[in-house]
Amino acid sequence: MSPRSGREAGPGRPAGSGRAAGAGRRAGAGRPGRAARSGTATDRLQRLLALVPYVVSREVVGLAETAAAFGVSENELVDDLNMLWCVELRSPDPYCPIDLSYEGGEIMVSQAESMDRPLRLGTDEASALLIGLRILAELPGPQDRSALRRTIAKLEAAAGEAAAASAQVAVHMDGRAPADVQAQVADAMRRGRRLHLSYYVPGRDEATERDADPMRVLLVEGRTYLEAWCRSAEAVRLFRLDRVLGLTVLEVAAEVPAEAKQVDVDSGLFRPSAMDVRVELEVAEAGRWVADYYPSEEVTDLGDGRLRVALRTPDTRWVRRLALRLGEDGRVIAPAELAREVEEDAAAALAQYA
Amino acid sequence: MRLGVAMSKQKTERLLSLVVCLLSARRYLTAGQIRDAVPGYPETFDAFKRMFERDKDELRELGIPLETGTNTGTDEEVGYRISQQAYELPEIRLEPDEAAVLGLAARVWRQAELAGAAAGGLLKLRAAGIDAEETTQPGIEPRLQTGEAAFAPLWQAVRDRRPVAFGYQAAGRAVPQRRNLEPWGVVNRYGRWYVAGFDRDRGEERVFRLSRIDGPVSFTGPPGSVTVPAGTDVHKTVQDTGGAPPSVRTAVLRIRTGAGYGLRRRASSDRPGQDGWDLVEAPFSDAGWYADYIASFGADVVVLEPADLREAVIRRLKGALA
Repeated sequence: MSPRSGREAGPGRPAGSGRAAGAGRRAGAGRPGRAARSGTATDRLQRLLALVPYVVSREVVGLAETAAAFGVSENELVDDLNMLWCVELRSPDPYCPIDLSYEGGEIMVSQAESMDRPLRLGTDEASALLIGLRILAELPGPQDRSALRRTIAKLEAAAGEAAAASAQVAVHMDGRAPADVQAQVADAMRRGRRLHLSYYVPGRDEATERDADPMRVLLVEGRTYLEAWCRSAEAVRLFRLDRVLGLTVLEVAAEVPAEAKQVDVDSGLFRPSAMDVRVELEVAEAGRWVADYYPSEEVTDLGDGRLRVALRTPDTRWVRRLALRLGEDGRVIAPAELAREVEEDAAAALAQYA
Repeated sequence: MRLGVAMSKQKTERLLSLVVCLLSARRYLTAGQIRDAVPGYPETFDAFKRMFERDKDELRELGIPLETGTNTGTDEEVGYRISQQAYELPEIRLEPDEAAVLGLAARVWRQAELAGAAAGGLLKLRAAGIDAEETTQPGIEPRLQTGEAAFAPLWQAVRDRRPVAFGYQAAGRAVPQRRNLEPWGVVNRYGRWYVAGFDRDRGEERVFRLSRIDGPVSFTGPPGSVTVPAGTDVHKTVQDTGGAPPSVRTAVLRIRTGAGYGLRRRASSDRPGQDGWDLVEAPFSDAGWYADYIASFGADVVVLEPADLREAVIRRLKGALA
C-alpha cells in the first residue's frame, strides 16, 4: 500500500505545484477557482467509478481522448483524476487505494484496488439500450442485422436481471408497411440504387408515380419514412412507408445531389411556417381526438367537452376531408372560405345519394 | 454558490471513499468502523448516522449493491459491504460492428426520457474497454419521443412492479376519472404511448393512452407488489383492445375512376366501370369508423351496400352540411 507521505507532488503535475510535502493527499485536493460544473455529486461519482476501469482496460490513454469520451473538459478530467488519487482510507491503517499518473498527457492507473471493473448496468440503462437495439432490428434500412442480433444477445447476457424489464416495453412501428416494401428499400439502400415509387397522398387522394434516390430511413413519431431525393420534385421528400403502393428497385445508381439537405428529425418533421393558413376547428366530445392527432398550434377548452383547435397547414385539402369525416362532431370556423368549401363538398356528396 | 459547489465536492469525495472502502473490505464493516475509515463524516455519532443513512440510499439508487450482514453468528451489530461479484459488470466483448450498432441504439433515445440512461449504459460499456460511442450511421436515423409527462412515472411503475393511480380523460368524456391500475407494460404504437395492465376498479385488462392522463401519477403500493400474469405479451395488449375479434362484412362501393386510393388499397375486388365509376368491394368490421372514413372522400365514393353503412355515411355528410 502506498504510504501517504510517499509522494511529494500531484499525480501528473510537476513538483512544486503548491502542495506541501508530507501533508497527505487531502491537503492538496482543493483547487480554488475551478469547480466541477457538471451535474450533481452522484453524477460525478458515476463518472469517477467509470473512469478507473476506462483507463485500466486501455492500459494507457490520452487525457484529451478521455475527456472527450466522458464529455468533460480536460480541466474537469484532471480534477476527477486528482480526486481519485486523493482517496484515502484512515483505518485500520491509513492508505491510498488508487494510484495513477497523467504525466505528459497520458493517463495510467498502477493501482486500482477493487475498482478496475465498471458497475453493472442498471435496469434503465440496459432497457434503454436493448429497446433501441430491438427497434433497429425491426426497422427497414441498411443497418447490419447480424451485428444487431449478436449485440442484443451479448448485452442481455451481460445485463442479467437488469435486462428483464425491457420486455415490458413494446414499440410498434408501421405494421401495415408490407414486408416486401421494407425488403426492397433495404436492398436499394445497400446497393445504392434508384427506386421507382407509386405513392399514395391521402390529403389529395392521389396515387403518384416518381423516381427517387434513397438517402435515409427515419423512424420519427412512430412512423417509418424513406427520406429520398425525389427526381420529379427535384427536392428532398419524406415518404411514409405504409403509404407506398408499389416499389421497384431500378438498376440505376442513385445520385443524391450535393445540395440535398437532410431533414433535422430532432426539430419535428412538420414545422408550421408563417406562410401557412391558420385553420380553426370546433369539435364536440367525440371529435376531441383531433387535438391529439394533428400538431395543433392552440387548443382552447370551450366547456361541455368542446374544444377549439387551431392549426397551420400549407394545404387545406386534407382539412376538407377531415371536416367531412367529423360530420356533426366538428366544424371549420376559419377561414370562412374553407368552411364554405366543406359545405359544398358535403352537398355534392349527398347529391350522389339522392 | 461557491459553498454549494464545495459541499457537493466533499460529498462526492465521501461517497467515493465509502464505495472504495466497502468494495475492498473482505468482511462486513460496522457503522463505527466505516466512520473511522472514511474521511468526511461528522464527529457526533447521531449526525454521522443520519448522513450515513442518506449516503447508503444514494449508493443504492445508483444501483450499487450494498449488502448488510454479520461476519459470525454471534456478532450483534449489523455490518456493510459491497460484494465485488455483485458490483461488477460481467465480462462483455463486442466486435467493432457490434459496438457501432450499440452506439446507434443509444441515439434512439436522443430526445426522450431514457436518453440519460442510454448514455450512462454506454459509458459503463466504454469503461469495460468497448469503443462504443453514440454515433450516426449513414442511411438510418431512428428516434423515439416521450413527450407525455406520464411516461417517466409509468415506466418506473412497470419497471419496479408497482400499482398506480391517475386521473384519466377518456375519449369523448369531459370529466377525468380516477383509475387504479396494476401496470404490465408500456407500449408505443405509431408514436403514441399507452400503458396496459389490470384495471382494479373494472376488474379486467385495460389500456390507457398516456396523453389522456390528467395530472400526476401516484404509486399506490410498494415495489414488487404487481404480478404480471405469465404469458402476457405487451406487444399484443394494445392491439387487442377491441375484445372479441369483430365480424368482418363486405362493403360494396362505387368509386370515381382515379380516386379513392385509400379505400382501394384494402379492396377484395376492384372492377373498372364504363361510366367513370368503378365497382369496389372491401372488407370492414367497424361500421362507425368505416363510415367516417368513407365520408372523408366526399363525392368520389358512394356506398351501395350494406344499408346501415350507407345510412351512417349519409348521417355524417348531413352533419357536415348543417
